[in-house]
Amino acid sequence: MPDTPLPTVTAKDFASDQDVRWCPGCGDYAILNQVRKVAAKLKQRRENTVFVSGIGCSSRFPYYMNTYGFHTIHGRAPAVATGVKIANPKLDVWMVTGDGDGLSIGGNHLMHALRRNVNLNIMLFNNRIYGLTKGQYSPTSEEGKKTKSSPMGSIDMPISPLSFALAAEASFVARCVDVDRNLPDVLEAAAKHKGASFVEIYQDCNIFNHKAYEYATDKTTKSENTVWLEHGKPLIFGNDNDKGIRMTGDGKLEVVDLGDKGVAEDDLLFHDVHDASQAFLLSRMKYPEFPEPMGVFYSIEDDCYEELLEKQVALAIETRGAGDLDKLFNAGDVYEVVGGGQDSTHGLHE
Amino acid sequence: MTRTQSKASESNQAKPNRALPAAVIRFAGDSGDGMQLAGSQFTDTSAIFGNDIATLPDFPAEIRAPAGTVAGVSGFQINFASTEIHTPGDAVNALIAMNPAALKAHIADVESGGIVIVNEDEFTKVNLRKAGYEDSYNPLEDEALDEKYKLFKVPMTRLNKESLAESGMGAKDINRCKNMYALGLIYWLYDRPIDTTVKHLNNYFGVKKKKPEVAEANINALKAGYFFGETAELFPARFHVDKASIAPGKYRKITGNEAMAMGLVAASQLAQKTAIYCSYPITPASDVLHNLAAMKNFGVKTFQAEDEIAAVCAAIGVSFAGQLGMTGTSGPGLALKSEALGLAVITELPLVVVNVQRGGPSTGLPTKTEQSDLLQAMYGRNGDCPLVLLAPNSPGDCFDTAIEAVRIATRYMVPVIILSDGYIANGSEPWSIPKAADLDPIPISHPSDPERYQVYGRDDRLARPWAIPGTPGLEHRIGGLEKEDGSGNVSYDPDNHQRMTDLRHEKMDAVARSLPPLEPHGDATGDLLVIGWGGTYGSITTAVNRAREQGKSVSSIHLRHVNPMPTNLGDVCKRFKKILIPELNMGQLRLLIRGKYLVDARGLNKVQGKPFLIEELGDAIDLMLSGEWGDAEFRVPRDHHVTV
Repeated sequence: MPDTPLPTVTAKDFASDQDVRWCPGCGDYAILNQVRKVAAKLKQRRENTVFVSGIGCSSRFPYYMNTYGFHTIHGRAPAVATGVKIANPKLDVWMVTGDGDGLSIGGNHLMHALRRNVNLNIMLFNNRIYGLTKGQYSPTSEEGKKTKSSPMGSIDMPISPLSFALAAEASFVARCVDVDRNLPDVLEAAAKHKGASFVEIYQDCNIFNHKAYEYATDKTTKSENTVWLEHGKPLIFGNDNDKGIRMTGDGKLEVVDLGDKGVAEDDLLFHDVHDASQAFLLSRMKYPEFPEPMGVFYSIEDDCYEELLEKQVALAIETRGAGDLDKLFNAGDVYEVVGGGQDSTHGLHE
Repeated sequence: MTRTQSKASESNQAKPNRALPAAVIRFAGDSGDGMQLAGSQFTDTSAIFGNDIATLPDFPAEIRAPAGTVAGVSGFQINFASTEIHTPGDAVNALIAMNPAALKAHIADVESGGIVIVNEDEFTKVNLRKAGYEDSYNPLEDEALDEKYKLFKVPMTRLNKESLAESGMGAKDINRCKNMYALGLIYWLYDRPIDTTVKHLNNYFGVKKKKPEVAEANINALKAGYFFGETAELFPARFHVDKASIAPGKYRKITGNEAMAMGLVAASQLAQKTAIYCSYPITPASDVLHNLAAMKNFGVKTFQAEDEIAAVCAAIGVSFAGQLGMTGTSGPGLALKSEALGLAVITELPLVVVNVQRGGPSTGLPTKTEQSDLLQAMYGRNGDCPLVLLAPNSPGDCFDTAIEAVRIATRYMVPVIILSDGYIANGSEPWSIPKAADLDPIPISHPSDPERYQVYGRDDRLARPWAIPGTPGLEHRIGGLEKEDGSGNVSYDPDNHQRMTDLRHEKMDAVARSLPPLEPHGDATGDLLVIGWGGTYGSITTAVNRAREQGKSVSSIHLRHVNPMPTNLGDVCKRFKKILIPELNMGQLRLLIRGKYLVDARGLNKVQGKPFLIEELGDAIDLMLSGEWGDAEFRVPRDHHVTV
């Protein structure tokens, strides 16, 4: 890596010369702007940054970042990104995917990138619809969703991206909404996390699934329908901060009113980002039964795949010496033919 | 034993050593009987003794198929010679059958009058039934069998057990040594030294597994088998195959998969890059992964991916990031990699794909050889999507082919598929050990000057620059969408798509121009040209040599570069009256050659999980030359013969 002094970088520096071609009003614009800002704030160097994506509206993302970028094939971004990190662990690698790309055609790769803990910043734009193919239901579409390919309503059970990520042994799991002012904080935490960080971003497809997340974005309902997670703090929400989440004696979560009925803050569930079981419970909280948690669900420190691999290589060199081709060629039972022909001496052992 | 005993009593006490130019022997037994080990030890011993060798392991797809059944028979054939040989041999001179199923599965391949040594103890009623013999039939009592072959019945299970009575090991462990007993007996019969195997057993069981008692038991079984041959008066004669006339130098035995792994590592060093091999386990390619995983001290990284698609995609990511992305697979896995190969073609990244072909379609015959992935490798992608195909022609040639694949991939910024096959991947031959200093470096350069950089700029070979992340000022985006010539921006322009498609094809032409012209083996003109590719080199060359020795006007060419083909192939074809293309598929190269050169090539096509026999090729050559072939576009050898 070159070691020249750091120039001052702004969000603008991360904008490529390509016209952004998402539909006007698409939630992707907000995310793009925030990612550029976060990259600038973290002083990521453009030449050391790689955006890898699959296929779908969200996967056009790399074209709009003035960094290295790879718009790969449907669902395979985690595998390509893993290869990039294995080849050069020093690069900052971001991965952009969607609900169809990441959880349908590419679900397998996403699972394995997460469990291996490859140091990637994974953003999954979840708009609960196939946008680029013009409006079919996706693996996160709600049951009964009527689309072109499900005129009588979807009969698929939707998957929860966060439950999926936690079950796949992810070391960092978070969620945010495209237009939320907290998005940069969540992305910053994800970028700083060492290992695979998984951020689900609720994203509005204003053409095929407009207002899917209105409950979580509308000013009047947002505070009632979402709850912001902070490590060590109780889960409190509501327009008047008068509601909370409590764990019952049998380990289930319930919504309670704070104050006059005798429930105190200390009775509430306190968020612990290191607790996988609790994170899983939180990932099951769904609107309208519950307010949906936003922020960092889970974050633990663990070894990264590409570093462990480098360590094995270093250990092999340390214990066996740096590889010598001639030694390799001559390993095993080598014999020498002297002078040729049947008069040659008997084969020699080495 | 009556008949064999009478045979033995007729023999001289002195046991003459009969000199043979070559011998083909086959070990066959249950897949748990250790036949692969016995065979590979015989191979090592013969190689070190100084013979030329060629081997053909043949094992079931199941790790442990039901014991005693024909499905569970594992075989290992070796041809060892005092002359130059290229194939594991047609007919078996001596078969060692450890149970009735092994006899049943392999007896048809033994030459008339050939030696058949059976482990008599295993020919029980139960085992005969498991092998599928009819009730009350025992082949050992069949006079027809005894007439046709020299049958030797040896109670190996019992003799092995008796020889290890003092070993202190359990009955099961003792029984597992009987492959070494059989090997010892064959060592005696073919006048081979046992010291190579003694050393191996000491190293493997004694040192590596830390079980010196197991090493000792195996060595004692080996010696017991050897001494039995010497003292039992069973065999009328011993055989001796002298050292071969091999060019002076250092040699070792090598399999195709070993050579492939070493070639990939050597190439990475020659290119001063990290070899990163991303693969998903699949028969018969997994040994390349195993070998490379054990070479981490060369800086090699191996990535066992979650599936075939992830493996090739990770390799593409590796190449994008500036190291050598490599992947390996077999037919069904190559099918899964198709879409990603298209990505590598359109992004013009270097990539090496090792495809060890096996019987298809679908899961097919996982442990058997075939050459039927050619058209898949050539065309199995959406769009017009050319890439480079190389085909090694022997186990040792896998080494050179791997290096050449890396050289072409990085020089022209293209994916290269290496079409190995199960036969050369698992087969072995003596390998003349190269010196690392004699291998040509693979020069690679990455651009660094933003002023002149264009994502899809071209050099004189039409390669685009390999700009890698970490380089300031060269930030760029690539992907599966069509890109504008030069700038690399996404482009849907019709003329641009035509131009980019043309360029992808012209890159193949550029590779073709770099290839040395083909020179026929034999004469430059003649009656018949035999065209082969890949792993059939040994059998085709041997058959053509035999025909030429008989004065027939036959020559051959063998393609290592299958796509693009050397530029003079069309001219070479025109200089012969007839063309025969033998392939272990139903005519895939024939289709390409007919299509490209408009020549009336005929095919000899075999998909029986085995390499060609020289006899089959000889038949086909004769039919072509005599005109008896007729109008058939292709023929299939059946029961070892090609018939009109």
